[in-house]
This record gives sequence, structure tokens and C-alpha cells, in this order.
Amino acid sequence: MIVRVNVTVNGEQCQADDVWPGESLLYLLRERLGLPGAKNACEQGECGSCTVYLDGVLVCACLVAAGQAQGRQVRTVEGLADGAELDPVQQAFVETGAVQCGFCTPGLVVAAHDLLNRVDRPTDPEIREALAGNLCRCTGYEKILEAVRLAASRRNPGGRPGEAAEGESR
Amino acid sequence: MTNPSNPSNPSRTRDTALSAPARVPTELTTSVPGGVGSSPHRPDAALKVRGEFAFASDLWHEDMVWGVTLRSPHPHALIRSIDITDALTVPGVRAVLTHTDVPGTNRYGLERPDQPVLAEDVVRYQGEPVALVAADHPETARRAMRRIAVDYQVLDPVVDAEAVVAGAAPLLHPGGNIVRHQPIRRGDPDATAPVVVRGTYRVGMQDQAFLGPESGLAVPAPDGGVDLYVATQWLHVDQRQVAIALGLPVDRVRLTLSGVGGAFGGREDLSMQVHACLLALYTGRPVKMVYNRQESFYGHVHRHPATLRYEHGADRDGRLVYVRAEIFLDGGAYASSTPAVVANAATLGVGPYEVPNVAVDCWGVYTNNPPCGAMRGFGAVQAAFAYESQMDRLAEAVGVGPVEIRLRNAMRRGSTLPTGQVVDSAAPVAELLRRVAAKPLPPPVDPAEVDLRQLPGGVANTTHGEGVVRGVGYGVGIKNICFSEGFDDFSTARVRVEAVGGEVAATVHTAACEVGQGLVTVLQQIVRTELGVRRVSVLPMDTSIGDAGSTSASRQTYMTGGAVRAASHAVRDRLLAMAAAELGATATDLVLAGGAVLSTRDGAAVDLAALLGADAVERTAEWRHRATEAVDPVTGQGNAHVQYGFAAHRAVVDVDTELGLVRVVELACAQDVGRAMNPQAVLGQIQGGSAQGLGLAVMEEIQISAGRIRNPSFTDYLIPTVLDMPPMRIDVLELADEHAPYGLRGVGEPPTISSTPAIVAAIRAATGLALTRVPVRPEHITGT
Repeated sequence: MIVRVNVTVNGEQCQADDVWPGESLLYLLRERLGLPGAKNACEQGECGSCTVYLDGVLVCACLVAAGQAQGRQVRTVEGLADGAELDPVQQAFVETGAVQCGFCTPGLVVAAHDLLNRVDRPTDPEIREALAGNLCRCTGYEKILEAVRLAASRRNPGGRPGEAAEGESR
Repeated sequence: MTNPSNPSNPSRTRDTALSAPARVPTELTTSVPGGVGSSPHRPDAALKVRGEFAFASDLWHEDMVWGVTLRSPHPHALIRSIDITDALTVPGVRAVLTHTDVPGTNRYGLERPDQPVLAEDVVRYQGEPVALVAADHPETARRAMRRIAVDYQVLDPVVDAEAVVAGAAPLLHPGGNIVRHQPIRRGDPDATAPVVVRGTYRVGMQDQAFLGPESGLAVPAPDGGVDLYVATQWLHVDQRQVAIALGLPVDRVRLTLSGVGGAFGGREDLSMQVHACLLALYTGRPVKMVYNRQESFYGHVHRHPATLRYEHGADRDGRLVYVRAEIFLDGGAYASSTPAVVANAATLGVGPYEVPNVAVDCWGVYTNNPPCGAMRGFGAVQAAFAYESQMDRLAEAVGVGPVEIRLRNAMRRGSTLPTGQVVDSAAPVAELLRRVAAKPLPPPVDPAEVDLRQLPGGVANTTHGEGVVRGVGYGVGIKNICFSEGFDDFSTARVRVEAVGGEVAATVHTAACEVGQGLVTVLQQIVRTELGVRRVSVLPMDTSIGDAGSTSASRQTYMTGGAVRAASHAVRDRLLAMAAAELGATATDLVLAGGAVLSTRDGAAVDLAALLGADAVERTAEWRHRATEAVDPVTGQGNAHVQYGFAAHRAVVDVDTELGLVRVVELACAQDVGRAMNPQAVLGQIQGGSAQGLGLAVMEEIQISAGRIRNPSFTDYLIPTVLDMPPMRIDVLELADEHAPYGLRGVGEPPTISSTPAIVAAIRAATGLALTRVPVRPEHITGT
């Protein structure tokens, strides 16, 4: 059985033909719609590298069948920046050194973006819990925490201050 | 800031340009201040946060088909026959290949060509590649692969490295089952001491678990060769091995580095490189291969599991008199880099301590377990767990603290290693230990106040503080930097300067693999410092320029940084000569700064862009570190190493003794980096390296049973999450090494080495248990 999938991705109406029923939303995005931002690192929902919004809710695109996205809204990491201007989360990742190899980055950026949409000034334990589904092998996470704190302070400068940074480093 | 466009560059034009893929690595350009010692943003960071950076698994070609690999289900078996007839009948299949289709030599290997590209009459590990399929859709390829009929005669697997050393195993390779035995003998082999501690320690098999799986795209070229876009750590060693297997001249196999999703040693050996090229040459189509996570666990080498038997003798003050050790490293089915791992474990086997009498024997052997090779720390990790555990035992036997015992024995500049080599640059082992010991300790758990997320078990809500005990432990380690034992270790760099739209622009071209560590940033910084320009482009790394050596052994900033500095100096000399002629000055009175040439004598200046006009100045440099030598095969004596890196950790842990759960509360680290070329990136290496050491301490192990991997997934092989990795307190020392470019010292590996023993020592301190094996599992703590 072969199906056709219509889905809105980053505000654009997209159509894919000849979709095999076993294909994931991740395969649809990466191999059929030319959006390789969401990464494939485990295909089991363990690493979070393929994190995208589906109707505004975070999902691992590897665990969603392509057909399940029919008629729905998907937002990927490619849809976060406003043209040349990076989203504050993206900008903070660049500035703090939260990007090394960058394979986990798209998933973490989307997950952090979602957290800051829900919580103005998250505490460190809140950040850790929100990002616990996203594996990073390069950074040891410290600079990712820094990035989220920085993005939060810029997005909500008057918000409730999060708890003090946990560590210190020079 | 980042310019993803790839303007044509005459030095990179090829007759294969028409068949270039649609999504490829791009030139990275930034025009910012930021020389050596500062932390400019990575030139690829914006692409990466946008999801637009072209990782190897993102490559795409209009005409491409997909390749998959059939692997052996058995750790040891004879192949009676392979029947591909059924697989060929699947619609959409383009090719099905076996070892008879390998046109060149069906062997490869980093140090010894002992591994078949595709298995012939025997398979030596579970997961060994046996056949390849190319098809229009990856699922079609997988279905066809399952229709290949391989008739195996299953054999008993050899799985015990110590039994192999004892000679109690059937022959797995024609030359014998011992890949390397390296003894180290120094001083009196029969030395005695009043205080003796003994221990046997075991290290499980750790996986690099880089997030970007093995992948690449091979494009057949009109000249009968192939262009391979791939994620690797060493382009030229791949190129040489692929050419031999394909039976092609080296210049017909051209490699370009694609985005690398982490490496940590796991990409030093070939994985899909020859396979994709074979399929491309047979189908005449571009072939993409991407491993999934399960295949990745079978598709690359791992860290050697080890058994280490140690005896330390000391005087009553705890000063070491002798160390005797036997180290058994399980190399698995093929040699990979086992010989060099053996050398490291042996030569660094007593750790960063002064020991007058040493007798170490280290063996690396063949078994039918998964092949093991390079992983961050490379032999030094296994030894450090054992010698640091021993130092804690010695401290207890002598009745002093763990820091004090280490201070009394700490190596320093001028110390002699067990190889006889004298340490001739900074070795601040004592200073590093004092620094981590002086850090304030985190406050104790207050059950009334504590956030459950900060207790062992975390969000699983398994304790509210009852049964939780705290411990503090220390570890310090040593790692050789750069390639050792007389290897001709060099790198090549080309630097070009020209005027682009009135701005002076520099371009750097090397074959040095950026794997995430930030080399691209550091190379830009070096050019800025040496040439006084802002705008620096880094070309995609490829084999159209000379070898840069491997991105491993913490060597690439040292080596390719050294080559870029040398090429920059050659460019600078030419520019100063041009300016001297223009100004009627002497070149030695001129300096480059701010896009101009300035006279230090009279302040005269000439703008570089004007000086260059329509011309470009381009220079290529090949650069070497000072020579090393092989160690004696019987005594292990010799000046084997170039440089040493040192790091120390203090770990604080909370342990739930009822459930055996560990939470690392804090890690403190002090490391000497010689010169922090990019302080932000240095911290990133220390934090990331420490996290991998934490993983080995309490989580990470490829579990092997009768030669089979039982947990080839991220569901069952656990790496630290952001909930597992604690905050860190970090001190970075910059004690220049006068032998190294900018005084720098390799950064990447030392923090991985010392964090593991520090964490285990902290768990011991909390629980009083001996804990002689890593990773420490809950049942080791609960005794159940």
C-alpha cells in the first residue's frame, strides 16, 4: 500500500506521493521534503535528535508514522529563525559554545525553544528535566545549560529570575 | 557572518564537478576579530543551529541509490556458501556484492591489513560484513539483504583475552593470536618494599556513541574513479585503504570530509567507505549509506575491555618503590589500532608518578569479540582506573589521605618515566591535585529542602534522602599527545591571501578533520594572529591537499595548527617582502596588523588590499613535531612520546545504598593546556571529556555474552543525559610547553582519563566497597 501525505511544514503546504506505510515522519522530512535539520541518531525515541513540533507539541519524528502527520502542522528547526535572524535560543547556542559537532543541536534547540515558550525563567533543575530526552555526546551539557539560561534572560528580561547557575568555570 | 556559498576556487576544480551532490560541505567564512587566546564563534555554528549544516547523513544526490550491509549473526563461523540469487530478483535492487566482487586486495586495517572488506570463508565477529546491496529505497535494500542465503558452519568463539595470552585458544589469524606484547622494565625487577597493595581491576567495553551514525555518499567519476563524501577522522588513511581495496591508483579515490557528528576514535577505522565506493562503481550511480544506531554498534571499533593485575610497593611514608603490572587488552577480531593502544597502556601504566622500579607487561590479543581500537584516552583510560585505584589502596595502607599519597609521588618536570624518557616540559601533577582539593565542597543534602531531581534516582522518585550517603574521591591521569613511537607524524596546510572587494581575505585549506572539537575556529584564529586579517575562510577538508594526519591523540590543534602557522609565516614573509619593495624599507622592520603592513621604524604603512591588487599570495607548508623513537620490544625503553597532557578530578557523589543508584553531585577538574587557544572550546573539551569518563564510571558498557552484543541500542546502552552530568568547577592552567606551537598542550583526552577513577573513588568513599570494575552497576553496590 502506498499513500499520499499532505502536511504543513514550517507554514508551507507540502505533499509527498508514494509514501510507504512504514516510513516515519523523520524520513518524510529528511528524504522527501528536503528538510534534513531533524537528525536520525537512534530511531527509538531515545536521543531526541529528531525533535520537532507536531501541532505545537514536541515529538520525536522517528516515532511518528509519516501518515500520522496527514493534515497536521509540523515545525522543524529550519522553521525557527526569522529569515537571517536567528531565534534567541539559536543565537544563545552559538554564543555560549553549546554547539560542538552539532548533531544533537537541532533537537536541543527545538526542545529548549519549547521549554521557554512554557516557562519564562526556568530553574536549572527545570531545564535539566526538560532536556533530559536529548542526548549530547560532545559538550557535557554545561554550555547547553548556559545557552538556555542566556536565551531565557533575553526573551524574558523582566521575568522571575531562575536560580543561580550551579557551577562555576573559567 | 557565516557565508554558506561556495565560490569557485581554481585549486578545487575537478573533472568530476558535474556529478557533485546537491547537498555538500561548504566553505566556512567569518570576518570578525578573534585571534589566538580569544573565543570567537564557530564558523559553522549558525548553520548547525539552523539545521542547515551538511552532515554526512544529510548528503543527497539526484540519482542516488541506497546501500546496506549484510552482517554475520555469528561471532565465529566458517562460510560454506553465499547465494545471492533470490536477492537479485527483488524489484528495485541495483547490485548485490560479495567478496568475489572486491576488485583490489580484500584486506584493510589501520596498522595491519588483516580485515576483509567482505568476509571470505570465515567470519570472526558478530556483525562482520558479508555482502552488500544497493537499491532505490533503503527498505527495498534491506528486504533484498534478508534474501541473501549464507550457509554458516558455526564455531566456538574465543572470548577470553587472558586465556589467549596463556596459549589456550585456537588460532584466529595466521600470525598468532597475540597482536602485541610490550614489556616495560626499569630498575630492579626484584625490588621489595615494606608496604604492598595488590588488586585486579576490570574495565568494560565502552562505545564512542557519537550521535551522527556512520554515513557517506560515493559518486562514481568519469575517470573510472570515485568521489567519496564521508564522516571520518583521517581522510588520507581512508583514501589509501580504499584505493588498495578497489585496485585503483590513489588519485582516483578522492575524499571530502562531510559533516561529522562526533568521533572520539570510532571513525579512525573504515566502516562504510569501501562498501559505498564498491556499490557506486558497480551500479554507476551515487550510493548513499547510513547506518542506524544498531548497525553503528556493530560497525565501528570500541574501547578495549581490560583486565589489569597490579602490585604497588611503597615505603612506610607511601613513596613508591616499585610497580608491577600485567595488563590484558581484548582487541577483538581484528588488529585495528591495538598495537598503539598496548603501547600507551604499557608506557603510561604507572600513571603520573615517579616510580624507580617498574615491571609492566601489556598484551593486546585477538578474540572473537567485537573489534576494539581507538577511543578517547586510548589505553591510558584502562591503566588509569587501575593505578588510581591502587593509589587509594596505598593511601589507606599507609594511613594518609588520597590527595597526600598522590602528592608524595607526583611526577614533575625532569621526572623519568618508566620508559627512561625524561619529562622536559611542565608536569604540574601536584598543582592540579591541590587545585581540585582546594575547591569548596557542595553543601550536603538537606532532606527537607532537596529537589528530588537532585537525588540518586532523580525524577524516578526512588528516595527522599533515606539510605543516601555521600563520598568524595580523586583521580589524576597522564596522556601522550600526538603520535608516538617514531611515527612520521606531520600535517599539511595551504594559506592564501588576496583582496576581495577591498577587504583582505585569507583562505585555509587542510585535510584535517573537524569532528566537532572546533578545529575550524582555531585555524581561523591562527591565521588572524599571524596575518592580522579579520576575514578567514576554511575550505572543505579533502584529499586534494596533502595529509594532515588523524584527528586523534589530542593532536590536531598542535599539528595542523602548527602547519597553518608555518604556512601563514611563509605568506607573511612574502607580503613583507612585497611591502618592503613598495615602501623602500627592510622587511625586518615591517609587521602585519589590521589589514596593513606597518613599519616599526617610521610608522609608514601600506594597505594590504592595495599591495595585493589582483594578485594572491599562497603558500603550502608541511609541518612535523620533534621526532620520537620506538620503544625497545624487550625492555620498553625509549623516547616514545612527544608531549604529555595532565588533568585531575575531584568527584562528589551521593549513593543510594539500598538501590545501588549513584548520582554524581559535582565534578571539579584542573587541567594544564599549555595555552588556551580558544578558552570556550577548551572548557567544552573538559566538560565533554569528563562526561564520557562519568559514563564509563557508572553507566556505559557494551555487554558481551559469548561474543554477542546484548545491548546495541540507546535504550540499552546508556550514555549520560543532562540529568546525569553534574555542574563542574574547572581550573585551566596555561604553562607553556616551549616545544609546541604557541606553547599549547593537547586538550581532548586527559579529562576523560581522570574523571572515571575519581568518581569510583568517591563511590568507594561513600560505601566502603572495594569496587574493582567499571562501570559500577547497582548490583555491585547492593551486593544482590
